[in-house]
Amino acid sequence: MASFVDLVFVLVVVIDLFLLASSRLGAAIRTVAIQGALLAALPLLLVRESHNLGHAVLLAGGALAIKGFFIPWLMFRAIREASIRREMEPVIGFVPSMVLGAVGVALAFAFSSRLPLPDAGAHGFLVPTALSTVWTGLLLVVTRKKAVSQVLGFLVLENGVYVFGLLLSDVMPVMVEAGVLLDLFAAVFVMGIVMFHINREFSSLDTEKLSALKD
Amino acid sequence: MLLLRTVLHLAALLALPPLLLGVVNRTKSIFAGRVGPPLLQPYLDLAKLLRKGAVYSRTTTWVFRAGPIVGLAAVASAGLLLSMGGAPAALSFAGDFVLFAYLLGLARFATALAALDTGSAFEGMGAAREVTFASLAEPALFLCLLVLARATGTLSLSGMLGPALPGAWGSAGPALLLAAIAVFVIALAENSRIPVDDPNTHLELTMIHEVMVLDHGGPDLAFILYGASLKLFLFGAILSRLVLGRGDGALASEALFFLGVLCFAVGVGVVESVMARLRIVRVPQLLVGASVLSVFALVLLLR
Repeated sequence: MASFVDLVFVLVVVIDLFLLASSRLGAAIRTVAIQGALLAALPLLLVRESHNLGHAVLLAGGALAIKGFFIPWLMFRAIREASIRREMEPVIGFVPSMVLGAVGVALAFAFSSRLPLPDAGAHGFLVPTALSTVWTGLLLVVTRKKAVSQVLGFLVLENGVYVFGLLLSDVMPVMVEAGVLLDLFAAVFVMGIVMFHINREFSSLDTEKLSALKD
Repeated sequence: MLLLRTVLHLAALLALPPLLLGVVNRTKSIFAGRVGPPLLQPYLDLAKLLRKGAVYSRTTTWVFRAGPIVGLAAVASAGLLLSMGGAPAALSFAGDFVLFAYLLGLARFATALAALDTGSAFEGMGAAREVTFASLAEPALFLCLLVLARATGTLSLSGMLGPALPGAWGSAGPALLLAAIAVFVIALAENSRIPVDDPNTHLELTMIHEVMVLDHGGPDLAFILYGASLKLFLFGAILSRLVLGRGDGALASEALFFLGVLCFAVGVGVVESVMARLRIVRVPQLLVGASVLSVFALVLLLR
């Protein structure tokens, strides 16, 4: 069981690295969805006291529904509406950003054991995974040019915060709710982009139609 | 018993590699809905080529003639260092994984020199590409071998792929899994397979490895093809032992090992059938990705 939890954490980090390397938005969205689903399984795997089980199930169900299905669906809608397929030219190229991500992961794993934590019994990979996921999200938000990939970066960042929140989910449900709120914020953010693109598409289409009519 | 296994492994090393090519080709044809060539076709091809004479251009020197021979000899000696199915290799000493990697490097160097010796700009271009990608694949291979060395606590290939490996899966499972994925990517790149290079292509703009061997014919081409299949077998052997190294008894681990090598060939065939090859500018990204995965595996082990 312990090595299975290890594997989930490692997969989350591998997904981070994959996201830094991928230029196809569809694949990136699908990968973020998989990451969300993996993270949703974590509270169930990490729960230690049986009276917290209900709390963990709620958390897992909510995370799976929002991170695994709802937001990816919104994102797919967004790229379909805007007909974007690829991130063409990020500010930092794919290979350098992957190397930067790897450096961040290495630092996170090397130094996280030095951090003072309220809960000493937490799983050894939890904090480094959270730190490297936050770092990946930050890189994505800063270096990508397309709004869709920036939102993906924001989602990854939020996934990292969510992993941190798991550290405290036994004692501090407020943190968890803050995480869910952040999720909602991301959803609103996504919707905003959809609106923006629809607006832009319609107006440009309109002007073309108008000029065609003039001819 | 140990001697018997060593003899069996040397026999397999010499006899099996062309069969792997046959399995890869058969897998690809099944995916494409064709019957495909017989499984033993690569042996027949090699026999045909060995019966032929060779034609040498007047502009080439001994370097061109030495290329295929040095290449085959280097890969075959690398095979002597590789432990198969958990039994110790024919030759082993501490740090032999460095020799293993550089024997593969020597083979590539000889092939690239022979290509440059023809004086054709086209072959030079192929050599440049091959060496560029190899310079990215080699660090990744070293990192994977370091992961294995760290996980098993030994510095020889026989130890890394030996009896300590199944135990290491318990303590360092995720790291070894990452290393196995990276080894598979490196194997595809080193053996010039899709998605890095297409062994069937003869489109000048996209060829990498095939360009370098265009001017070889007859026995030389046979040596090159046999050497290439030998290299595929070596990587298959590493991966098979790394992933399936579970068997306790000698017989079970041998059976698992050969099954794993066949599965590796089928896996290569499946990847070649379902993936398109990457644009050349994207290949470094794949190889850097493999390095990053193995760095991550190493970090997991070192913390």
